[in-house]
Amino acid sequence: MRGTDYVLKRVFFAIVTVWVALTINFVLFRLAPGTAVTNLSRVPHATQQLRHALEVEFGLDKSKWQQYVIYLKQLAHGNLGISYANQQPVSTNLRIALVNTLPMVTLGTAFAIVFGIFTGVIAAWRRRTKTEGLSVSTALAFYAMPTQWLGLMLIIIFAGVFPTAGMTNEFLLNPPFWTHVRDLASHMFLPALTLGLTLYGEYTLIVRSAMLETLGEDYILTARAKGLKPRTVVRKHALRNAMLPITTLIALSLGYIVAGAILIETVFSWPGIGRAVYEAVLQRDYPMLQGAFLVLTLSVIFFNLVADLLYFRLDPRITE
Amino acid sequence: MSEASFFVEAPVEGGTSRRGFVLQTLRQQRVALVAALFLAACVLTAILAPWIAPYPLHEQVGLVFGHPSWHHLLGLDDGGIDMVTLLIWGMRVSLVVGFAATFVSMVIGGTVGVVAGYFGGRTDNVLMRITDYFLVIPDVPLMIVVAAIWGPSLFHIIIVIGILLWTSTARVIRAQVKSVRERVYVKRARALGAGHARIVVRHVLPQVAPLLVASTVLTIAVAIFDETALAFLGLSDPSTISLGSIMQHAFDRAAISTGAWWAIVPPGVLVTLLILACSLIGGALEDALNPRLRVAHLSARTFRLRPLVGRGKDAL
Repeated sequence: MRGTDYVLKRVFFAIVTVWVALTINFVLFRLAPGTAVTNLSRVPHATQQLRHALEVEFGLDKSKWQQYVIYLKQLAHGNLGISYANQQPVSTNLRIALVNTLPMVTLGTAFAIVFGIFTGVIAAWRRRTKTEGLSVSTALAFYAMPTQWLGLMLIIIFAGVFPTAGMTNEFLLNPPFWTHVRDLASHMFLPALTLGLTLYGEYTLIVRSAMLETLGEDYILTARAKGLKPRTVVRKHALRNAMLPITTLIALSLGYIVAGAILIETVFSWPGIGRAVYEAVLQRDYPMLQGAFLVLTLSVIFFNLVADLLYFRLDPRITE
Repeated sequence: MSEASFFVEAPVEGGTSRRGFVLQTLRQQRVALVAALFLAACVLTAILAPWIAPYPLHEQVGLVFGHPSWHHLLGLDDGGIDMVTLLIWGMRVSLVVGFAATFVSMVIGGTVGVVAGYFGGRTDNVLMRITDYFLVIPDVPLMIVVAAIWGPSLFHIIIVIGILLWTSTARVIRAQVKSVRERVYVKRARALGAGHARIVVRHVLPQVAPLLVASTVLTIAVAIFDETALAFLGLSDPSTISLGSIMQHAFDRAAISTGAWWAIVPPGVLVTLLILACSLIGGALEDALNPRLRVAHLSARTFRLRPLVGRGKDAL
């Protein structure tokens, strides 16, 4: 059956991509100037013996191939190394960071999806009216704004109304549950809004062009000829079909959102995975950077696969 | 607006309302024209920076975070440097990075696209597979990693952005070359004994050149965007000033808590306008050149989405 073929092909591609990503990850960080040992042996009176002992300890005396195999083996066991900065396992650090990132990112994305689809549909429906002009220019403006700058603008506008940094109020010691939730939500508002607004622009443009394309189809003409109400035509005939590309594109975009959180989390000091990347860069914490990069790549590959499969599910005609 | 108008005008590409379509195209082109003029003005300003910048770039000419005044239209930054001067020089660097990185990616993307489309078969398969992998790897994290490993320098930024932005160009060009290759005059040239090089240079390239231009303009927008992101994360050359590093300095040195909005609003507005201008020009060019692209945008495999950072230029 061709359908199974398609699914298998996509899954296979995803697996190979994961392997490519792992290899790139290995090679990239071996290109870093110096090795772990160059840095550690930079102590007074470091002897050749010390350096050699360190090299053996880190496995750097082995050939590149052996190192590569060891790297893959350790990854299979979930070992991402130890962070230089806080001496904790990278996997633990990353897990904490991911747990912090996900709610904020989810909130922002949900906002963008709801409003993006709404405005996009309206813009396509009210083609060549002021409404369309206004919504398209707004979307374009948000699309073109540098993310970090949009965040800074929101800080200027909302400073004093909402907290602009961190995830919780550190002066609240052991707060009751609901106080804690409210505190968290108010901290989450601005970063999530920044994310939501940037995505909103993009989603509006996507939805609008998908809708316009569908509205030009013959079956819309048929629906009109049958005398159906405009609202019905738009909702049941146009939007349903336009949802096909929209869903896939949104699924595709999800993978990049985690990556995009780097700038937002830096601006708002949100202790998530993006901020982890930023701090790893500042401190040249290579194991952490390597781990975070891996997580970001895997999330993109994963959502790419989801998009492929979703597309197939929604439109079984697709086999290539 | 009445609901009736929606029904009359809805089938846009269907062409029932021909006059409306023409008007629409004209309006779009007018916007693109304004965008082109703006971009040209920016480029000119950047080129003439040494002569038209009102104050020296590295000299304190007033109070730290001095307010906007007649002497300093946009105020002063944290080092007492005139903001207008900073913006002019910063735009110069940002544009240089944008254009240079785009040039790198156009050379790679154009070559891959032409080779893959022209030779087809195995070459095409291998090249497109490689392109697929590049599509999946998240650009900005990779840029960050590479820039962090190589060390901060403008040249590295250009190369890093350049080698990661070529994929959509390669795809668009490949599709076009594939169709050009099958045209009768190319077949005739081949029958007459023309070599690959001659066919590519004389017959294929002229056909794909306009698309390459559109792709270039769109890529410039992404490159400028990525540069601001990298500079904001402190990965650009600390001694050069770009629009991204102006924002970074203002953020790091507490322009916001000081209330010095003039140190942080103008660079962002300028970047937004530059990206907007490039997107509008590129989008208009692409629409005018290849109406079928509109359809291609929406198929999941060709669409490249990179929200927030280094976004999919195909979204327009």
